[in-house]
Amino acid sequence: MTETQILSERKQSGPLARWFLMLWADKFAFFAALFLLLAVLCAIFGPYLFEAVAIKQNLRGRNAPPFDLARGWIYILGADALGRPLLARIVVAAQNTMLVAAAAVAVSSLVGAVLGLVAGYSRRSAAQWIMRLGDVIMSFPSLLLAVIVLYMLEPSVANIVVVLAITRIPIYLRTTRAEVLEVRERMFIQAAIVMGASHPRIVFRHILPVIFPTLVTIATLDFAFVMLAESSLSFLGIGIQAPEITWGLMVSQGRPYLTNAWWLSFWPGLAIILTTLSLNLLSNWIRIALDPTQRWRLEMGGRKNG
Amino acid sequence: MKSFISKRAIASGVSLVGLVVLVFFLSRLTGDPTDLYLPLDASMEMREQFREMHGFNDPLILQFGRYVADLAQFNFGQSLRQARPAMEVVLEAFSWTLWLALITMTCVTAAAIVIGSLAAFRVGGIFDRIATFFSLIGASAPDFWLAIVAIVIFAVNLHWLPTSGTGTAWHWILPVGVLFIRPFGLILQVVRGSMINVLSSAYVKTARAKGVRTPTIIFVHGLRNAMLPVVTVIGDQAAAILNGAVVVETVFGFPGIGKLMIDSILLRDFAVVLAVIMVSALAIFIMNLLIDLAYALLDPRIRY
Repeated sequence: MTETQILSERKQSGPLARWFLMLWADKFAFFAALFLLLAVLCAIFGPYLFEAVAIKQNLRGRNAPPFDLARGWIYILGADALGRPLLARIVVAAQNTMLVAAAAVAVSSLVGAVLGLVAGYSRRSAAQWIMRLGDVIMSFPSLLLAVIVLYMLEPSVANIVVVLAITRIPIYLRTTRAEVLEVRERMFIQAAIVMGASHPRIVFRHILPVIFPTLVTIATLDFAFVMLAESSLSFLGIGIQAPEITWGLMVSQGRPYLTNAWWLSFWPGLAIILTTLSLNLLSNWIRIALDPTQRWRLEMGGRKNG
Repeated sequence: MKSFISKRAIASGVSLVGLVVLVFFLSRLTGDPTDLYLPLDASMEMREQFREMHGFNDPLILQFGRYVADLAQFNFGQSLRQARPAMEVVLEAFSWTLWLALITMTCVTAAAIVIGSLAAFRVGGIFDRIATFFSLIGASAPDFWLAIVAIVIFAVNLHWLPTSGTGTAWHWILPVGVLFIRPFGLILQVVRGSMINVLSSAYVKTARAKGVRTPTIIFVHGLRNAMLPVVTVIGDQAAAILNGAVVVETVFGFPGIGKLMIDSILLRDFAVVLAVIMVSALAIFIMNLLIDLAYALLDPRIRY
């Protein structure tokens, strides 16, 4: 079969099927996507299904070991120090973990991108101030910020999002500005200026679409980073506070029992590692799939002689 | 070169001044240290006396004025927690962290360059796939979890290594090992990507056609040109450790700058927090200069 035949054959199927085939071509990315889908489903439906089980204490089953089905399948991963099943708690904690990361990435990318567009597009001193502000935020210790927010406001999920979002703004700010500086010198922008387009129109209709793919790629990777950052804060005790749960907090709660019940910290940590790994694998795939010069690697379906 | 350094110094200095002002006022918002340092049953007079002694009763702006005046004489204030000059406390912790960063980054750089180059030599080969997969896992692993798992395996179950503290060389193995993993994953990816580009360039093909031995091609011809982006990432990762590997230092009870930072923040030791920030800023400024020098050294076309 020649190359053109394969390509025309692929074209006939719908765009959804084509994306699916491209995903199937990269097995790692495929399983990463499956796992992420599972995690998202847990985050959405988990609390409704398992909330009651996850907070029910059972002092007889304290630190019950994993792989023991005597108490029922929900105890397959063991139980924590109060006898609550770990599997249910991990599923329920997925919601907070995902929600915090998603919200933080959304806020920081929005604010950072807007500031970056302004800083890159205007030549005035405002740009200088924005960049210096970015430097200050970047070197401001995020731990101190977390403690300040924790003491000034309440230690709620929303406030952790604020802390994480602020610390990640400079990443988007710098990337956007660098890209804008390059794009604004291109011919089509000059043409738009000559034709009398207004500044907002140039920025949002002409510049933004060009830099958008870069922002999406960064946001995917940043999602993993923010998840790790939230886990670290919760682990240190200055993130999410006790009745709420996240995976990072579960790892920290299991730490005192490390010597006799390793599973308390192990499973939630494994959930974190699998999710971030999946995000990394998937963002790798997205980068190839969105790049027209690389996409053939996936469209060939991994066939060596295609 | 001189004007380059001074321009850099001015930009960093402006940011640092802004940062110190911000931290000074914001950290005061986190509450009065009096309750943390005096026993619960301390009388009102004792509390008042404590506040008076450390100047917490004065208006904030006056406290700030006094701090700046002291700074002008290179007096960085006293540590509340240790009753020693804050700078002394910070420099002691910094020397620990500096060694930690130095040892870790040396191991990471050596390992990532050798393995990344070999992986790039046969893209898609079995070695490449294994290296890529493990580096991705390494880059995704949360360090506090790795630290805990490492303690369970090597300290609790196997009794090979001490759980925490410092003293012998054995104490360094776990912190360095855990800190090693994430930068290793990231740097390996960059080495591999950069090497793939370089190895497909014309001058490498020429070298190959002349019959130069493969190791020489990879590590002599290829590596130097592939190093520029790698140096950048090495700098970023080293900066992260220098800024304080808070989690790892906390878990392993390592007396470095990260542990000092979190302890000082939690115990409202304001003078130490500010001193930590200034020392880290200076260290990172110097390191960025070294990175820029490394660029010029690796690529003679770069001039400042």
